[in-house]
Formats: sequence, C-alpha cells, structure tokens
Amino acid sequence: MTPRITRLREESLCASPSISHERASLLTDFYRANDGLFSTAVMRARSFLHLCEHKTLYLGAGELIVGERGPRPKAVPTYPELTCHSEQDLQILNSRPKTSYAVSEECLQVYRDKIIPYWRGRSMRDKIFAAVAPEWKDAYEAGIFTEFMEQRAPGHTVLDGKLYRRGLLDFQEQIDRATDALDFLNDPEAWSKREQLRAMRISCDAVMRFAERHAALALEQAAGEPDPVRKAELTKIAAVCARVPAHAPRDFHEALQDYWFCHLAVITELNGWDSLSPGHLDQHLLPYYERGLADGSLTQESARELLQAFFVKFNNHTAPPKVGVTAEESGTYTDFANINLAGLLADGSDGSNDVSYLLLEVIDEMHLLQPSSNLQLSRKTPEALLKKTLRVVRKGYGFPSIFNADAVVSEQLRQGKTLEDARAGGCSGCVETGAFGKEAFILTGYFNLVKVLELALHDGIDPRTGKRLGPPTGRAESLAGFDDLMAAFRGQLHHFLNVKLRGNHLIEQMYAAQMPAPFLSVLIDDCIDKGKDYNAGGARYNNSYVQFVGIGSLTDSLAALRKLVYEKQLLSLADFIGVLDADYAGREELRQRVLHKTPKYGNDDDEADVLMTQAFTACFEELDGRPNSKGGCYRVEMLPTTCHVYFGSVTGAMPDGRKAGLPLSEGISPVQGADRHGPTAVVRSAAKMDQLKTGGALLNMKFTPDLLHDEKGIEHLAQLVRAYFKMDGHHMQFNVVQADTLRKAQACPDAYRDLIVRVAGYSDYFCDLSSQLQDEIIARTEHGELAATL
Amino acid sequence: MQSGLVFDIQRYCLHDGPGIRTTVFLKGCPLRCAWCHNPEGIDDSPDILRNAARCVDCGNCRSVCPAVLMAGAPAGAGPLASENQAEKELSRCVRCGACTEACPAEARRLVGRSMTVAEVLREIMHDRLFHDGSGGGATVSGGEPFMQVPFLLGLLEACRSREIHTAVDTSGYVRQQDLLAAARLVDLFLYDVKTLDDDCHRRYTGVSNRLILDNLHALGQAHENIWVRVPLIPGVNDDPAGLEAVVRLAASVGGVRQVHLLPYHATGEAKYDRLGRKHADGFSPPAESAHQKVAGLQDLGLPVFIGG
Repeated sequence: MTPRITRLREESLCASPSISHERASLLTDFYRANDGLFSTAVMRARSFLHLCEHKTLYLGAGELIVGERGPRPKAVPTYPELTCHSEQDLQILNSRPKTSYAVSEECLQVYRDKIIPYWRGRSMRDKIFAAVAPEWKDAYEAGIFTEFMEQRAPGHTVLDGKLYRRGLLDFQEQIDRATDALDFLNDPEAWSKREQLRAMRISCDAVMRFAERHAALALEQAAGEPDPVRKAELTKIAAVCARVPAHAPRDFHEALQDYWFCHLAVITELNGWDSLSPGHLDQHLLPYYERGLADGSLTQESARELLQAFFVKFNNHTAPPKVGVTAEESGTYTDFANINLAGLLADGSDGSNDVSYLLLEVIDEMHLLQPSSNLQLSRKTPEALLKKTLRVVRKGYGFPSIFNADAVVSEQLRQGKTLEDARAGGCSGCVETGAFGKEAFILTGYFNLVKVLELALHDGIDPRTGKRLGPPTGRAESLAGFDDLMAAFRGQLHHFLNVKLRGNHLIEQMYAAQMPAPFLSVLIDDCIDKGKDYNAGGARYNNSYVQFVGIGSLTDSLAALRKLVYEKQLLSLADFIGVLDADYAGREELRQRVLHKTPKYGNDDDEADVLMTQAFTACFEELDGRPNSKGGCYRVEMLPTTCHVYFGSVTGAMPDGRKAGLPLSEGISPVQGADRHGPTAVVRSAAKMDQLKTGGALLNMKFTPDLLHDEKGIEHLAQLVRAYFKMDGHHMQFNVVQADTLRKAQACPDAYRDLIVRVAGYSDYFCDLSSQLQDEIIARTEHGELAATL
Repeated sequence: MQSGLVFDIQRYCLHDGPGIRTTVFLKGCPLRCAWCHNPEGIDDSPDILRNAARCVDCGNCRSVCPAVLMAGAPAGAGPLASENQAEKELSRCVRCGACTEACPAEARRLVGRSMTVAEVLREIMHDRLFHDGSGGGATVSGGEPFMQVPFLLGLLEACRSREIHTAVDTSGYVRQQDLLAAARLVDLFLYDVKTLDDDCHRRYTGVSNRLILDNLHALGQAHENIWVRVPLIPGVNDDPAGLEAVVRLAASVGGVRQVHLLPYHATGEAKYDRLGRKHADGFSPPAESAHQKVAGLQDLGLPVFIGG
C-alpha cells in the first residue's frame, strides 16, 4: 500500500459519521421557490440540477478519485422528500449508542426552522403512513412485515457496461431521438413521456455540471499547489473530470472516475435502498487495464493505487441514517455497494480476468466495510481464483461472499429474461439477483414467517397485544391433525401476504407518480426508449421481492409440534401453546426435549427438511408470479439483513425451544447451534430448498480458523462450495473466527474495534452491532476441527 | 444383511485420508492405549455417556431405570438422593439405554447403535458430491474396525459397488488373514504404529507390538497404498531416535507411501468422565512443535507429514 493510500484509508476509517443538512437545505430552498411550476419529473430533475450546481465540493489532499455526496467524507446528507427526520429523530441519531450520527446544534436549528416546517406531511414517509390501510398498519406495527420504501426510495440496482461505452452526451442524443420519435397523436401517453425524457435530459446536464465544477476546483488547487508532483496529479484530475461522464472514458483512471460520478449522482438524486453497485467491475475495467499496460500509461501498481483510491471513496459513504423499524431491520452504517468478481460474459464464457485477481488483492489489503465484494463462481471459474478468494475469506472479514453464477443465470431465465441479459447480471446488495443495467429489482420488505406461525397457533390473534390481526384459522382444539395446523399456517400466510401486496401496490404507485428518479432512469435500459421512469416500470425487467425471514426457526417449530403433539401425543396443542404463552416457565424439561429430541433443520435429516421445503413451497406458491404495479412480478427472496433480531424481539416463545424475544434464524441458515452434523449436512439441508425459484437465498457458515489454516483446508472448503453449487445453492458466506474471540470483543470492545464479522449479506464491525446481534452471531454453530482419529 | 455396532458417523472429516471424507467409527478395540481419545469406542457393547452439565434434574432417567429399581429406590424416584446411591446404581447399569431415551436434555447419550450395511452406506452416499469433487470417500475407523470383520467386509464391498474410495484405519492388532482378506477392498490403509519398543508398547497399550509389525510387513506385500500413522505421545514415543526407527521401518515396507505424525491432544479427556471411567494421567502438550520433529525425519525415504 502506498503512503498516500495508507493515509486516505486511515482518514476514512477515523472519520465519524455526521449529518449534513446541506442537501435538505438546498432542496427545500428550491422547492419553496419553484413549487407548482413544473411537472413532477422536471421538478425532480431541476432540483437535482440545483443540488449539483450548489453543493459544497470536496477534494481532499492526495485524492486521485474525487467527489463526495456530502461536504466531506462521512458527512451524510438527508432526504426530507423521502423521510423528514423530526428533532427527536435527530437527537436519537446523535445519542444512540450504536450506529450514531453526530448532529450539530446548527443542523437541528435548520431542521427546526426550515426543513421540518416545509416537509412535514409532504415527505413520502408521512404520505405513505397516511395512505395505507389500517390492517397494513396493524401488521406492520406487530412486526409481521417491514416496508423498505417508508424511509428510502426504490433503487436497488446495479450498472452494466454501457456507461463505459457511452458518455452522458451520447445518452442525451438517445433521449433526443426518443423525444423526436414520440407520436403525440396516436400515443396518449406521449406528453407524459416527453416530460420524463425532459427530466432525464436535465439530470444529465446536472451530473455533467457536477463534474465540470470538480474540474474547475482541481485546476484551482493545482494553481496554488507548490509540490510539482501533486500539481501534475491535480491537473490530470481536472482533465479527467472535464472528460467524464460527458464522454465515454478512455483510460483506467477515467473509467473509475466516470463510474464514481454516476454513483454519486444516483445516491444524491434519491436515497435508494442499497446505494448503487458497479456490477462486474473486473469485466468493465479489463480493456482499460490491458490497453494501459500495453501503451505504458498504466502499471499494475498504478492500477492498484487507483482501485484503492476508488475503494476509499465507497468507504467514505456511510448509509443515510435510518430510524424506527427500518433502523432495526438494517442497523448498520454499511450501504451495500457490492462488487461482483468473475461470473460469466454475455456469450457464456468465463468472465474472470487479470483484474479479478488484482481486485481480490485490493479487497484483502484494504479490508474496508465498503465496497463489499463477492465472487460469482461459475463452473467455468478457475480453481485458482476460488482458492485465492478463500484465502481472503480465511482472514475473517466475512467477504468476499460467494455466489453460484450458474444458478444466478437459471434463476433469471426462470423469470423470463434473455440468456444474454441473465449472464450479464449478477448479485447486488446482499444476495439479490438481477439483470445489471436493465432491471429494477426492488426489495419491498422483510416478512416474519415465525410470527405468522404464532398467529396460526393463536387463531389469528397476536398474543403479545391480544389484538386480532389475522383471520380465524382455527383454535388449537380444532387443529386435530398436523395437516390442519399447516392449513392454518397457510391461511395466515395468505392473508398477510395479501395485506403486504395491497400496501406495496399503493406505495409503488405513489413512487411512480410522485418520486421519479430521472438520472437513474438514464442508466437503466429501457427507460429512455419507453419514456418511462425507473420507478414507474421503465426498466426492461421489474421484479419485486418479499424477503422471508426465519425459515429455520419455522421448520424446527413445525418439526417439534409434529413430533411431540401429533406423533408422540406427549401433550396437546392447546397445552403446548399454554407453555409458549408462559415462555416455558416451569417447563424447562419440555424445552430441553424440544431442543434435543426433535428433528432440526440443518442436519440433513429429512424429517425436518421436508417441513422446510413445504414451508418454502407455501411462500413460493403464495407469492411468485403475482403482478406488481410496474408490469413485473413478485418473487421470493430468503434474506434477513439484521431483521431476524427485530422480528425475534416481537415474537413470543416458539415450539422450537426459542424463548420469547430472542433472534430468529437468519437467511436459510439453521437455527443458531441446531446444526450438529458438520458443514456438509448443513449445505445438504439447505440445498433441499429449490433455490432456483428464488431471487436469492442467504446461507451463513461459521468456521474456526484452524479448519482453514493450511492449503488443504482451503482446498476442502473450495470443494464444499463447489458441491453446494452443484446442488443449485445460490450463495454462501463465511465467518472465520473463534466464538472466544467474539466474547473477548464483547468484553473489551476497545481492543477489537477493527474486528469485522459477517452479519447477513454484508460485513460489519462487530463492536457496531447491537448486543443481541452479537450474541446471535456467537451462537451460530462453529464448524471446527472434528477431533476423531488419534 | 450384515449389521455392526457403530458409535459415530462423522461428516466433513479432513484428516482420515485424502479429500473430504465420511468416517464411520466401529465399536470395540483390542488395545487399551493410555492416551486413547475415543474411549467410547473401546468396549464392544453400547456405552452411556453422561454429561452432568446438561442435567436439568428432572429425574426421568431414574424413573425408567431397571437398575434403580434393583438398587432398592422407589420407582419413579426423582433426582439422586446421594452420591453413594449413584455409585450403587451405576455399578448395576446394564447399559440398556432406557435412561437415554427418557432424558430430555441429552445429558445421557447411548453410544453405539446397531446399523446395517445398507443404513451406513446410505449415510455415506449423502456426502457423495463432496467426495467426488475433493477426491475423498469413506474411512472406517474405530475402535478397531477388524473387531467386526464380517460387517467391515460387507461395508467395504458395498462402497466398492458404488465406487466410493475406501480407507481403513487400523491398529494392526488383528488376524492377518482378515487384514489380507480386506486388502482387495481397501484403497488406503491408515496403519497405526505406536512404537517399536515392545516393552513400552505393552506398558501403554496393553499388548505386544509383534503382531502389529508382522502384519505391517505382510500387508506391505499385499497392498500398494499404506500410510503409517504415529500418535505423538509426549514422553512415550516422541524421542527422535524412536521416531526415526519407525520411519525407517515404514520405509522398508513395500506398500507404505507416507508417514503421518499425529500430535497428542487432550480432547478425549472429558469423555472419560462422561463414561464414568478413569483415564491415565494426562500427557502434557509437547514441548517442541511437531514441525520441529518432522524436520529431522525427512530424507529417510518417505514423506513425513503432521496430522492426517
């Protein structure tokens, strides 16, 4: 690592997140002055231009890649048009013990005087909560599901390679052609399309203006720079910013800066869920890398330094602050930018290249939370790249995670995408499958499967509040057979998914009408050609997801009920429910029996696993293929982020022996500590789920470092991954750490500030996690050396 | 169908031969090695492991135990009244396993269940994909697998029929004709040699090493792929001269391909307590690392590795 990168990295690590009111302030000024003058789309684009024209620029000492969303690193803007933080929200952000954001007195003042008075009642969050049905609100408040769009916008997408082939001026030409082609007589939507296209065109101007301002700033700094080396760098930066993103990049440096400007633009325009991701960065950069090495303008070392400077920029961008339930479901500073390595090319050949290997080294050396990284492992990916990846995994950062690129293609083909688009796709954020540059693949909220079972056990009444939330699906006495119980579960599942989807349709249409994203629309096919916004179905593909949480806990609960109530008839269902309502008080013996003597998912035991597949099939049949309001469909996702902790906190004791309030299982991983037959049994169980029918299923594994200490351990892990993927597993991620180390970190956080662990789809600093989440990670089964045959 | 007494089937085993392996542990062993870390594999009948830390004092175990009734306690008695009574009861335990069924918390676990060849093969086949990719397979270990010869041969034949790579981990203290009969069904022998010093061998394992060494020579004539494994026991057999002698002997036997030194570890000690048995005084961890020992053992004609 060069001294420059060491310093930039250190500065990024040491900067502490704070709230900047600048964006909110500029936006409010613009809205006040221009309210009602333009169409919604053009208003959005013009306000974005206003931001790009006026926001404070930052060009730090020694930087090579430039541009910050806030006035300085980790100064995080707010988006009052989406969620208008109250004074109390800001005070909580400032003072909460975990993932806090410094809020200055001045910021509070501006919020009090200007931002809150304008946006209160006008923000999407306020409008959504005012518009949703009471049944939706009840279910939301009970913790049956969450709602992604109540604080952040749809976004959740990844860019493809067109950015590197065409500049924004080229996109504007395309917009002009699309506008010229509008038929104002026969196409009744032509006028609204013209507005959308106008907005897109303005948004391109905005981003080009933003780059020009950086070029000017770099020149200004160069003029006053005494050091000739830095002066030359600044001059080069100015030239790069004058070139991109208006024109297509010509070299490695321009390519990175080009992406970075577009990244900043997308996350400044709106606060989409999952910031934005560059997708197949290795594939996109390869031509520039090869050309640079060939003509001598680039060396491996200068390429490495540029990539590292690029990584620092991601790490500077803390996620905008979340509050309430949304903070619970995703309690992290991480903003889920994720780089894909290897994978396939559109023609089906191996996508790995020299830049993949270089990027892996950068990932290892930098080991920053952002950007996260993943290996898209196909049958064609060389073993050397897999092993090199696992040698980084062995360090214990929890990244890169590993995806089955062949399964990712199959999943997309099932969704009706073309083979080429599917191959050029990959994974974003945590584990979500999408067609890069062509799809709005929107996560709409987590769904608490275990709470649904709790309601089925209580005839639709939430035992926590005594309130009726679901339909009556039968009192315990009437659920005479296990099939009756499953039918009751299915009945509640059906009801609450309907409640969720009705809410989703409303919220999607509110975003389509009121909160377009013109710049993002420029970058995603076929918004320009359709003259339609990204949030209104402009993308070529529009899959929406519901992320089911707790299938491990659900399976083990069903298995225990089947075994003890219906097979052994040890106690009646009503009695068991009584025990649950009392949180197993005085019934430790029963709890132990449940824990030790009933089948558990994750042990390759069909008795349990068949219930997992039944539960999964129920989710799939209830959701898959149902229409969203953008011309696409709903799909199943099996992903928790940190929501399994929140969902656990609102769910009472369950028949799997879990006591009230404790975390649920995460992803498709077994209940923490319930898998006792080693990693091959876990992946065999997990693979019984037909994962090709999902858009992502998250499997966490925890290994002790001794299992991976030598090359043999790496080879065996590589084979474990390969075998899981042969069985169509979607994804695998690893924590390589001793539980002991984690306990020490809990006791003395100061000594373990830099300890990174895998949470669920992303890595985080262990000490930044809530103590419940810390405990949950410690409780996950640790696959270690199985001492056997001395 | 042959059935055998199996005390464990472990998956994702990485040190019992090449690749990812499924290791089947057969119960019963003719040796009594002082350092044995699988003491639950020694007896050729089921054992009961007791883990007091898990006990929730429900008393279920005693209420179903025939020995308790024989010891004069009232039926359905709750937790033990006194340690003396516990001793008395334990001495009458017939290892019927009724208590392990009744225990809700797995504080009592029956070790050793009768399984048919087909049942074991089915379990092994679960991991087939992992074996295939990694060059792994099945390992039969123990105990001493040759304590159950018909079952062992049946299992090996079954593995052969599915082209599963087979390894057998043996103490060598077995009938030579059995060893040679198995040779045609085994891809790899993991052959334990503790020490060449017969006095030492008798003292620490209870038997002479004569048969073991004779068998090694005979097997070396009949089989092409043998790995000699030496448990490194501090103060017993880890002196450089003794180790060198073992490696030289191994090198002189035709079919031996590798030597593995297995560093002593104390993970088995807790199991003695759970079996209600005493174990020999612990062997302290080695003063010098196994890596240092290996350095002096290379260039004797065979590659020497640490670990399996």
